[in-house]
Amino acid sequence: MPSTHDWINDPFGVVEGMFAASQSDPNSGWEARAVEFFKDRLKEKDAHTLVPSLNDIPMHYLKPNSLVKFRCFIQDMFDPEFYMGVYETVDPATQAKTLRCGKYKDVTECGVDFNSKNTVTAERQTFYCVPIPGENPWVKERYANSSQARVVPSTSYVPSRQKRSYEEDDDMDDMDTQPQKQREAHAGPQSPTEHHGNGDCKRQETEAPSSQTTSASHLDLNFPLPGEKGPSCLVKVYKDWDSFKLNDMLEVYGILSVSPALSALADEKDASSSLVDPTECMETAEEQRVHCPPASLVPRLHMLYAKQLQHNNPLLPSAATSEDNSAFLASTLSEMPSVREELLAYLTHVLLGDALAAEYLILHLISNVYVRRDVLPLGKFTLNMSGCPTVASYTERLYQIIQQLVPSSHYLGMSLQNMNQMRLVPKKDYVANRLVSGALQLAKNTSLYLDETQLEQGQLDTTGVRNVTALGNLISWQKVDYDFNYHQMEFPCNINVLIASEGRSLLPSDCQIHLQTQVAPSHLEEYLSTMHMLSQASSQLNKFRIYLSVARLLDYSISDEVTKSVEDDFVDMRKDDPQSISAEDLHRMLVVARLLSLSQGQTSLSRDSWLRAKHIEALRRSRMEQHKCVNGNEP
Amino acid sequence: MSSPASTPGGRKRGRNTNPPTPSSEDPTSPPSQRRRGQDSSTGDLMPMPTSPATDVLSPAAPQDTSLLSSPRPSGGHELPLDEGSPTRTLRNGAVASESNAGQRLVIWGTDVNVGTCKEKFQRFLQRFVDPTSTEDENAGLDLNEPLYMQKLEEISVVGDPVMNVNCRHVQSFDADLYRQLICYPQEVIPTFDMAVNELFFERFPDSFLEYQIQVRPYNALKTKSMRSLNPEDIDQLITISGMVIRTSQLIPEMQEAFFQCQVCAYSTRVEVDRGRIAEPAVCRHCNTTHSLALIHNRSVFSDKQMIKIQESPEDMPAGQTPHTTIVYAHNDLVDKVQPGDRVNITGIYRAVPMRVNPRQSNVKSVYKTHIDAIHFRKTDEKRLHGLDEEAEQKLFTEDRVQTLKELAAKPDVYERLSSALAPSIYEHEDIKKGILLQLFGGTRKDFSQTGRGNFRAEVNILLCGDPGTSKSQLLQYVYNLVPRGQYTSGKGSSAVGLTAYVMKDPETRQLVLQTGALVLSDNGICCIDEFDKMSDNTRSVLHEVMEQQTLSIAKAGIICQLNARTAVLAAANPVESQWNPKKTTIENIQLPHTLLSRFDLIFLMLDPQDEAYDRRLAHHLVSLYYQTEEQMEEEFLDMAVLKDYIAYARTYINPRLSEEASQALIEAYVDMRKIGSGRGMVSAYPRQLESLIRLAEAHAKVRFSEKVETIDVEEAKRLHREALKQSATDPRTGFVDISILTTGMSATARKRKEEVAQALKKLIQAKGKTPAMKYQQLLDDLRGQSETAITKELFDEALRALADEDYLTVTGKTVRLLA
Repeated sequence: MPSTHDWINDPFGVVEGMFAASQSDPNSGWEARAVEFFKDRLKEKDAHTLVPSLNDIPMHYLKPNSLVKFRCFIQDMFDPEFYMGVYETVDPATQAKTLRCGKYKDVTECGVDFNSKNTVTAERQTFYCVPIPGENPWVKERYANSSQARVVPSTSYVPSRQKRSYEEDDDMDDMDTQPQKQREAHAGPQSPTEHHGNGDCKRQETEAPSSQTTSASHLDLNFPLPGEKGPSCLVKVYKDWDSFKLNDMLEVYGILSVSPALSALADEKDASSSLVDPTECMETAEEQRVHCPPASLVPRLHMLYAKQLQHNNPLLPSAATSEDNSAFLASTLSEMPSVREELLAYLTHVLLGDALAAEYLILHLISNVYVRRDVLPLGKFTLNMSGCPTVASYTERLYQIIQQLVPSSHYLGMSLQNMNQMRLVPKKDYVANRLVSGALQLAKNTSLYLDETQLEQGQLDTTGVRNVTALGNLISWQKVDYDFNYHQMEFPCNINVLIASEGRSLLPSDCQIHLQTQVAPSHLEEYLSTMHMLSQASSQLNKFRIYLSVARLLDYSISDEVTKSVEDDFVDMRKDDPQSISAEDLHRMLVVARLLSLSQGQTSLSRDSWLRAKHIEALRRSRMEQHKCVNGNEP
Repeated sequence: MSSPASTPGGRKRGRNTNPPTPSSEDPTSPPSQRRRGQDSSTGDLMPMPTSPATDVLSPAAPQDTSLLSSPRPSGGHELPLDEGSPTRTLRNGAVASESNAGQRLVIWGTDVNVGTCKEKFQRFLQRFVDPTSTEDENAGLDLNEPLYMQKLEEISVVGDPVMNVNCRHVQSFDADLYRQLICYPQEVIPTFDMAVNELFFERFPDSFLEYQIQVRPYNALKTKSMRSLNPEDIDQLITISGMVIRTSQLIPEMQEAFFQCQVCAYSTRVEVDRGRIAEPAVCRHCNTTHSLALIHNRSVFSDKQMIKIQESPEDMPAGQTPHTTIVYAHNDLVDKVQPGDRVNITGIYRAVPMRVNPRQSNVKSVYKTHIDAIHFRKTDEKRLHGLDEEAEQKLFTEDRVQTLKELAAKPDVYERLSSALAPSIYEHEDIKKGILLQLFGGTRKDFSQTGRGNFRAEVNILLCGDPGTSKSQLLQYVYNLVPRGQYTSGKGSSAVGLTAYVMKDPETRQLVLQTGALVLSDNGICCIDEFDKMSDNTRSVLHEVMEQQTLSIAKAGIICQLNARTAVLAAANPVESQWNPKKTTIENIQLPHTLLSRFDLIFLMLDPQDEAYDRRLAHHLVSLYYQTEEQMEEEFLDMAVLKDYIAYARTYINPRLSEEASQALIEAYVDMRKIGSGRGMVSAYPRQLESLIRLAEAHAKVRFSEKVETIDVEEAKRLHREALKQSATDPRTGFVDISILTTGMSATARKRKEEVAQALKKLIQAKGKTPAMKYQQLLDDLRGQSETAITKELFDEALRALADEDYLTVTGKTVRLLA
């Protein structure tokens, strides 16, 4: 058995050993065994933390052809490709033929015998993966800290690489002395979400240069959200690629390939071959660039094993085995009511003393589309928080708070300019043959924060109208229609949309709550400046983070008795005043009751929770009555 | 190379001297021998498809001379080549044994014997008859004569040397030949070419063709979706369907290079060998080295084009992005397809290794794959011929058909299906039934010969009702269910978006017609939400679509009529946001009655507001929230089954009216007219009769019945009445009055208007000679006289009616009599 370091540093050793052994026995199924081997290894306690992660270790620190992991999001799927699974090489000196394994590799060894009978053609699929869009800094930091992989810079790494001067050579050559500061400044304006939150967070030594890859802006890495950074990766999948879906969150374990021969390929193409062989030049330059980017910028990752992530909260055990998980759930379950109280108090404070709004915000934060009945997504709970004060950039402050609570989120200021110019819906670019991402291509359970207070009067152009329609579709049906030029394709999603607005939002929503501030407008500035300080109590924050993620993972049921009483209630309510409650209201009340129970850590609906749900709904409705005639967006 | 035989250079024209008897076929064995020798050096990664074609064909030329030079068959013992098909050997017993009797000389790496193969194919051409053929290609041919011989005749007349061969025919005729065609297309297709040319020139010795006849097989049964292509399909004949997304410029590909010596002007030609030209180093004439130069405009080029196709959205699993494949088209297949076309492509699947660097032996371990196209078949082109059912023909497996038929045999299939429709939406049984019938549609009838054109077979439905009664949800469900559905919202769509618009393509600067939602949903259902919020302009477009089922376009120099055989499912909200039961449908939704009358069924979706309903609704909703997926599955039919059921019925079932059914329909119609006539109203128009027929046909389709029977008519009647009851009830009298929908005003209302006008006239006449009156005065007088209340509107209408009669004019507040 190879030692720990062998299988991480030299996974090919393992693969090729098995391949060689299989030659005597053709039915050995070595491929399955190899995958099994790595799977078993990774199951061992903490073994996965030993594997270096592409997310937090800059690429030049990683050894080529070593085992790495990558927490990522499938942004696009390329066409399947055929490769030489097994091939034969001829040694030019001795004419000796050797069988070789082409799996998990991009480039063959020298002297391939194309006419060999023993060549086996196999198929694999390529996914274009990017880091999870909107992943918040605390998540990244936490994951990075938990990693035990201690990488030593490889000997080939020279700090003043030629690569960097390539992109920054005009003005930044002298910055090598203090590259860290410079790059942070460089990354700043690109990422508006970045510079609020993590001014305080200590940057790790290994982390600093990681922004390096993104500043190579000449190559569009196609991140869904503007200002994202991190490596993107071409993941080669060898089996069961049908089980993966676009927009899945994955943790991929695979062999890193950064062979310079791949980049050489791209260069050669541009320079010489276009005249030689007309078949070669028919793939456009754009397509070449997208499908074969230089390996130094977009590494290839040959997947050995991948795990679909249920969540990307580093504080929860990753859902490797369900037994582990349920044990963890059980332990947190008992604490949930108390954590909920704390969180409620905290959010009440944040929402300027409005406890009811805080209650609804909690429900929103733990909502999740848990099932779809034909076209109807159940469990979504889009919240429209109206009456947000427009002073002192309150809505942005609110977003920062939310950003600290949830693993991934995105702030979308609905300014007229944004709506008219941003690409929200992903669109297929047939020239480059790729899916150009849009801001609505998000992983599940991402919090999308729409700030409607940014909207001013003006005209929406065609793009604007399309964007607003797309947002409306997202909210009502939890789906995004990707634009494939000749047709549209519907991709279901699971995104928590929170709309902050002054009046009622122009977008549909499941539930609207009008904020009633307990703070006088004159004191608002002062209040806000003290408010922000609270969030530094990190252990409390962590409790909140665990709480919100766990509540989402719980199962839920309704007993027959409660069903009966709910039905009775509904009939009674209708009897009194049929106009007062419609089927839609019942839908909403059932969702509220469900979320309310879950937020208490209860996995089935109790009579009390139902009554409480009715109660807070009634409170909310009575509040709505007062604000009925605020603007013209009423139905 | 599309069909490999197209290599220029006319060979063997007058081969009619060659005796066609089987024994004379033996001499073809040398080519196969020769090929064997060549091939062994090239290996099986053959990048260019052209070379084998010439290899096989060219040696066939000296056939006549070499007639006796080949080894004679040793006779006697039989060595059957094809062990797999005893039936074939039986059928063609005598001939087969003779031809097989020879040697088992086969093309290297295959089991194809050129002679046998050629002969089999000729026999296929001479004998194949398909009396049941319905393909449009065969229109005008005598189906009881050998099909392909007629096509040969066609070629001799038209002079277009292309022979399309349906692989399905080959398969039904000779399974073994078919297998060979699929597995070794590179070898078999040239053999077919050879065979067909021999046959042709034997038959039509005097005809002249531009080049040799090319055989183009299509419809290889091994039809693959792009997703299921795998390495085993390399070098095989495949048919895949997809959508063209991009086509390249035309690429000239050199076939033959022309070199001229700079010294002595001696010229020589070099054929391209697998994409490379061996430049002659020495002039053979003057022995100067490196003196030969390539003369471009005397070299021979062929056309080539790269086409990218993408999986059709229907074939794709959810949550994945579509795959694309590169297709190369050659010669006359270039520019046959345009981006956006849906095509079935038959071709040979190829894989070529990618070289990292031409000067390096390092190879990227990935193959480039493409398809060399042999045949294109546009799937949407056929819509022009009206044979679209064919295009949609989904392949149902035997099992599936069996389950569907079992389902159809159940007595309650109608109820089952309707409850499977949008199970998350509660009740509204009749509406669901209506939509179900819409999904099936009526039978398409063609009366174009008698001048009326196509009869509409699609059922149009309008849902109107209170907001929040899940109308949109129903629409969404239907949109997701049908393959060619479109969903638009009345608010967001313009007339142009619904119909078609002309756009300048940014790349080609050509004007292109971009089709809108209605055209795109041809043969499908167009769901239009917020129908009432549509601008009048937009709505007017629908008039043509909803009755004539076509769209006429005249803009920017493009005048055309597009098919838009779409069923419309529309949803509208009442004007006052709540349905006002005191008003008629027209008044509630304010839609022009011309449009309303084009809807077969108009349903009201109202909140019923009764306790039992509430209870059931509550139960339904609550169960949505706690039942698991599996529990729901048990209760209802799977959406996929429903989809297949509908697709099957739409494709295969074309019910016709039976005698009793016709009688029942007539009775129903007469009854409907009678109801109204008693009270001086008309409650049915021929349009309603047509609706009834459509609904009855659709109901027969639900039962998978080829005949419309009385029960179908009963259900159609019931549903129609139900819809009428809801939408065409006169709120003033409580009677059903179809004229609300057809004229926008109920008969009673019209009668009342007339009465008031008469009363007013009498009043004015009674006043004697007063040329002018005060408006208010007149109204008060009339009110005082009349027993019933007269509203101001009613009074205004009466005045207008009298003004129309030229009895009086109204100017401001005074009413003047006209003499």
